[in-house]
Amino acid sequence: QRVSVEVLEHLEHLALVDFRDAEGVERLQKAIQFADQLHEVNTDGVEPMDSVLEDRWCLYLREDDVTEGNCTKELLENAREKVEEYFVAPPGNIPLLKLEERETFLQGS
Amino acid sequence: AALNDGLHSQVSAALKEGRVAPTELCQRCLALIKSTKFLNAYITVAEETALKQAEESEERYKRGQPLGILDGIPIAVKDNFNTAGIETTCASNMLKGYISPYNATVVQKLLEQGAVLLGKTNLDEFAMGSGSTDGVFGPVRNPWSYSKQYKEKSVPKSHSEDEESNWVITGGSSGGSAAAVSSFTCFAALGSDTGGSTRNPAAHCGVVGLKPTYGLISRHGLIPLVNSMDVPGILTRCVDDAAVLLGSLAGHDPKDSTTIQDDFKPFELPNLTDVSKLSIGIPKEYHAPGLSSEILALWSKAADLFKNAGAKVVEVSLPHTPYSIVCYHVLCTAEVASNMARFDGLEYGHRSDVKDSTESMYAATRREGFNDVVRGRILSGNYFLLKQNYEKYFVKAQKVRRLIAKDFVKVFRSGVDILLTPTTLSDAAPYTEFIQEDNRTRSAQDDILTQAANMAGLPAISVPTALSERGLPVGLQFIGRSFQEKQLLTVAKWFEKQVQFPVIQLEEVKRHDSDVFQHQKSASFS
Repeated sequence: QRVSVEVLEHLEHLALVDFRDAEGVERLQKAIQFADQLHEVNTDGVEPMDSVLEDRWCLYLREDDVTEGNCTKELLENAREKVEEYFVAPPGNIPLLKLEERETFLQGS
Repeated sequence: AALNDGLHSQVSAALKEGRVAPTELCQRCLALIKSTKFLNAYITVAEETALKQAEESEERYKRGQPLGILDGIPIAVKDNFNTAGIETTCASNMLKGYISPYNATVVQKLLEQGAVLLGKTNLDEFAMGSGSTDGVFGPVRNPWSYSKQYKEKSVPKSHSEDEESNWVITGGSSGGSAAAVSSFTCFAALGSDTGGSTRNPAAHCGVVGLKPTYGLISRHGLIPLVNSMDVPGILTRCVDDAAVLLGSLAGHDPKDSTTIQDDFKPFELPNLTDVSKLSIGIPKEYHAPGLSSEILALWSKAADLFKNAGAKVVEVSLPHTPYSIVCYHVLCTAEVASNMARFDGLEYGHRSDVKDSTESMYAATRREGFNDVVRGRILSGNYFLLKQNYEKYFVKAQKVRRLIAKDFVKVFRSGVDILLTPTTLSDAAPYTEFIQEDNRTRSAQDDILTQAANMAGLPAISVPTALSERGLPVGLQFIGRSFQEKQLLTVAKWFEKQVQFPVIQLEEVKRHDSDVFQHQKSASFS
């Protein structure tokens, strides 16, 4: 059962990464096929495991005290586009071009 | 002191007694790095800062106040650990030019103990891979490709064919670190281990590769792949050195809430002589499809070694082992999809020139910055995390993970102390052969013997055991109980002493360090 074009497009949008070509899509198909082997295992009554340390309760909340910071200069150093102490982003709220409007190999499949 | 000395037993003593100066040691390592450049083990060599650190160390030794056993010792760090002021790339275009503003906790700890940071080592892009062949700076070459032992055994097919086409891979993803330690350019190196990335190259490069228990060593500053499985890995030339590194790195870190809060006490390894109280488990599922007959024989020989020495050796079963790769595949891609979301070009790293909209800039940045392997995993991960797939794949995989972890608990509860398994399916493949299959297939094949330990969070170590028929290293793996590194390393040390793995004979090292061949002992010193 092959992944639909709608799902492929949805994935590209969610991941903000593109399949680039038919090979990329094929890679996903194979990955899904591979993952389907999981269903051979009987997991009735088994709880999902989030962490191997679940018995140790080491994930804790610390006190909401400021212990470090004031490193604006260092944090801005690696940004390519900035203005004063702001990271500069292109305009937001503009959705990625719809499938029909942008160049994508998906149109062929 | 020679470049192939064990840290614990010889170099530290030499430094303390003034027989060698930290600056001299540093310079020799730097020179060797230059002359072994063809290995492509290092992405960045921090020559200036390393020499400065060596000078400071020398001052401390002169005053009789060294910071500890690591003071003045040259080390290398895999390029997915943040190192303040030094480029950290993860072998990806996404982070080319990224200068870390801070040190990973493990790096900070090493520097605070006076270690000399020589540079950042090469890896598969974002630590995704089992060959150290898929990074943007090119593949890492296994130093054993240039060893006398390998050359003697290889038959060139034609006159024109030479080392250039014959070289073998290091394994991965911490191949650069393994190659650096193996070729004597440093005394220890940091790697990372999510599915076997420290143990696999350790086995192929003939060095010790330790994967500590999850939660023992801080991941703060290690650029994450799979938060629930990643651990910093330790690569050294002998087990005692691994214990020294472990001692300096383990312990709770308030900056990593997944580190346990128990006090960690560094230990020195006893010289085990009596193994009669030991119970060694041989998991039958590790006789995996594709396991070379050579390694199978070596594994069997090792089991006999323990048996003949009086230990109890039993066959055990970890029935869900065959599913660990599939389980890993889903959990890894899911966590990767989440972890890679931070790379959008805004705060750091590569940024595309596209500026129509935020989303188009992000999409273009990520298209330009990530290689196919990374992008593939992100897309797969997002697929498994879709609402309609979440239960079917992600939660299902989490359930299988529990079954895998339970398998180990059951075996350890039955009285087994340590498990003995192969680390890899075969010795290192020639590069030209390795790249015939794609990354995902390779990873799936190669991780089979190492992945389950990450799934269960258990400590595991690969110890160089013997040379294959092709003259290349083969390692065997010991898996221990959670947080029982002392027992694990004690047994590993005993084994290391029994097998007396040969020292690599490298022309390059010979030229730089005349002492090396004066002591033709094995890499292990008791």
